[in-house]
Amino acid sequence: MTYIQLSYGDLILPALLVLMDGALSIVLRLRLERQLAIASFRMVLQLVLVGYVLTFLFAAVSPLWTALAALAMVVFASREIVTRQKRRLPNLWGYGLGAGCMLLAAGTVTMFALLTALRPDPWYHPRYALPLLGMILGNTMTGISLGLDVLTNSLVRERAAVEACLALGGTRYQALLPILRDALRNGFMPIMNSMAAIGLVSLPGMMTGQILAGVEPVDAVKYQLLIMFLIAGGTGLGTLAAVLGGAHLLTDTRHRLRLDRIVTEGEV
Amino acid sequence: MLSVRALKRLHISVSFDLADGECVALQGPSGVGKTLLLRAIADLDPNDGTVRLDGTLREQVAGPVWRRRVTYVAAEPGWWSDTVQEHFAAWDDALPMVTRLGLPYTCGPWLIQRLSSGERQRLGLVRALMLRSKVLLLDEPTAALDSSSVAAVESLIAERVSNGTSVVWSTHDNAQARRVGSRILVMSADGKIEENQP
Repeated sequence: MTYIQLSYGDLILPALLVLMDGALSIVLRLRLERQLAIASFRMVLQLVLVGYVLTFLFAAVSPLWTALAALAMVVFASREIVTRQKRRLPNLWGYGLGAGCMLLAAGTVTMFALLTALRPDPWYHPRYALPLLGMILGNTMTGISLGLDVLTNSLVRERAAVEACLALGGTRYQALLPILRDALRNGFMPIMNSMAAIGLVSLPGMMTGQILAGVEPVDAVKYQLLIMFLIAGGTGLGTLAAVLGGAHLLTDTRHRLRLDRIVTEGEV
Repeated sequence: MLSVRALKRLHISVSFDLADGECVALQGPSGVGKTLLLRAIADLDPNDGTVRLDGTLREQVAGPVWRRRVTYVAAEPGWWSDTVQEHFAAWDDALPMVTRLGLPYTCGPWLIQRLSSGERQRLGLVRALMLRSKVLLLDEPTAALDSSSVAAVESLIAERVSNGTSVVWSTHDNAQARRVGSRILVMSADGKIEENQP
């Protein structure tokens, strides 16, 4: 298995493409150049740092360090979920719901894959556990953010319909059912689209990476299939838990709609 | 009998009784909290105080059960499905009331978005009346209606009242308040109510 090694110097030319995007933004007055610069800087810094962190973790193969790294990933992902919401649950509820659902979904699915399909030795080996968790977390995070975003926005927009059902003696789940369906559909949509288009329209990043690193395409496909199954499972579980949890928090035991518990961006 | 004691919601603090088969009119300038009061009695918003129906404390029954007995009808009713008939558990049973309020019996498959505000208001009322609640909390139920529809609604509610249903009827129309209410409760900006005779 051979692959072409890259030096940092080899990355300069491709990085010019991002500079080109920035120049286009300035010329066309899109006002995206600042955001693009910050995003690019963050990406480079985060990836370089994670490269060194993973090198350390792979050498250490310690359950404690692996668990700490996994925990940090979950915390960052739940922060991302909260910041992506225009209308969100206040502070601890918002973070707690995001982190809890991520931990439940991504944690369960990652453990499931480590203990059944992959079986590395030891089972928590960071070379397998962390990249797997990272891929599942990234996709679960998208599903949860979209699901919660649709839930909160639809509840505000469809308040009259929800309260009409409640006023007529409907339970909170009967009243919220059409919105829950919409929120779940939106949360599942990216992974469904990705599953439908994979191989035909797009070659996924992980598989491409493995092929570039010299792995046989058929073996890379097996890994990709495993990842896709895990992502689909994690996204489904996480989005379902987050949307149902969000619905529970935005109603109360008297089956009342509690939009007073939503904080809109700018009010925090 | 509906008994409301020291009901508090934001600036509102109210006590009153409503006998079986009694209709009281609720009046007061816009924004004083009439809607808030009706919603609080129906337990649609968090509130404090003691509310009993026939001696049973509101908290002793589940929220949905309470609201099937003490039903709030909004001035602008909400709709959660596409067509009219999807909002009724038994559309055929609702048809006599629908036609009595001047709507055609063919309106079941109509899309909600094509309804006028008056049609929505009458259908929203029929939808609530189908529950046969003990208490109806009507929030300006004829605000969007012409005079003949107003008369039809008033006669339908009067029939229910004579059959024992209790009604709190919020209205800005003084003549209507005198017509429908055996008593008139007037709400002021400080959230208190005073009783006037019609």
